[in-house]
Amino acid sequence: MRTETEIGYNSKIEGDVVVTRVDAALNWFRKNSVWPMPMGLACCAIELMAVGASRFDISRFGSEVMRFSPRQADCMIVAGTVTYKMAFAVKRIYDQMPEPRWVIAMGACASTGGMYRSYAVLQGVDNIIPVDIYISGCPPRPEAVLDALMKLQAKISTQPILENLMAVKALQNH
Amino acid sequence: MSALESAQKIKVKFGDLISEPAEFRGEITVKLTDAEQINTVCEFAKMELGFNYLVDISSLDNYGEDPRWTVVYHLRAIDNVVEIRLETNVSEEKSELPSVLPIWRTANWHEREIYDMMGIRFSGHPDLRRILMWEGYPYFPLRKDFPLAGKPSELPGVAFTKISPMEGGPFVTVAGGKDAISREPRIRNPEE
Repeated sequence: MRTETEIGYNSKIEGDVVVTRVDAALNWFRKNSVWPMPMGLACCAIELMAVGASRFDISRFGSEVMRFSPRQADCMIVAGTVTYKMAFAVKRIYDQMPEPRWVIAMGACASTGGMYRSYAVLQGVDNIIPVDIYISGCPPRPEAVLDALMKLQAKISTQPILENLMAVKALQNH
Repeated sequence: MSALESAQKIKVKFGDLISEPAEFRGEITVKLTDAEQINTVCEFAKMELGFNYLVDISSLDNYGEDPRWTVVYHLRAIDNVVEIRLETNVSEEKSELPSVLPIWRTANWHEREIYDMMGIRFSGHPDLRRILMWEGYPYFPLRKDFPLAGKPSELPGVAFTKISPMEGGPFVTVAGGKDAISREPRIRNPEE
């Protein structure tokens, strides 16, 4: 038996027009193509590789394009222990990323310094760069990274792009 | 040739410079009284006794005692599967002893690490820079009088350090705990 029910987009009824807001459309583009840059500094980077591999498959969220150049990336995933020696390098790479950019602090070390309460370890990467999402765990499970990515997508989808653009424009004209 | 025989040969060759070989759990340690002679002893150990591999160099801080530093050389003869330790003391005022780099090239990074962490210098080392911390870091963090939480420092554009919070956080250790449970890293509140 064949059903006649049409599921989803129906071109006969809706034609070639989709009505939405600019913000919603732009955010939809952005959140489904977050290109991550792996800032792999310790064992969390190994779990990050698992997130990218077939079993967990980060490409289901549009983020399979891991970029190793900050200039091509949208989201820096700080995966591992940030030592003071590395701190300014992380900051410099973050500064090289074009806007819009987001940061995920993956694991205990990147979020708070973790178990390394010592002379050599920065106590949380948010001391030097702004962090959007923190992931707990040592290291976090790949599912936790995917959950963070979904939370980041939710955050991106609420960003008032147009308002921000107008504000920037107003500042430039000022 | 066993480790004890090797140690005794060193003792016979250098006499009063070398202590009686001490054995602990099957491992042999000999002590060299004059750190300036470390090269001569090491060269003999390599050339005559076949200790062709320098496993590691480590250093101890005997804080509050004189001499303050102990430098330990772990030597292995790969062909005979024999291992001995060679110890020597260095005073704090001097904090310097000859590099064994001409004998084992692997000593290069071992000595740099000791210089970086402990502040003991090695004369004759061709490239005695810090290896783990950055050039310009003002302290030697493995010294006993250096706090675990660190000290603040600032080298603009290169790196900075701050004091870490040692209480209330995850994985806090308590020094001098009476059993393993109190010594192991775990969540602790300051009042506990």
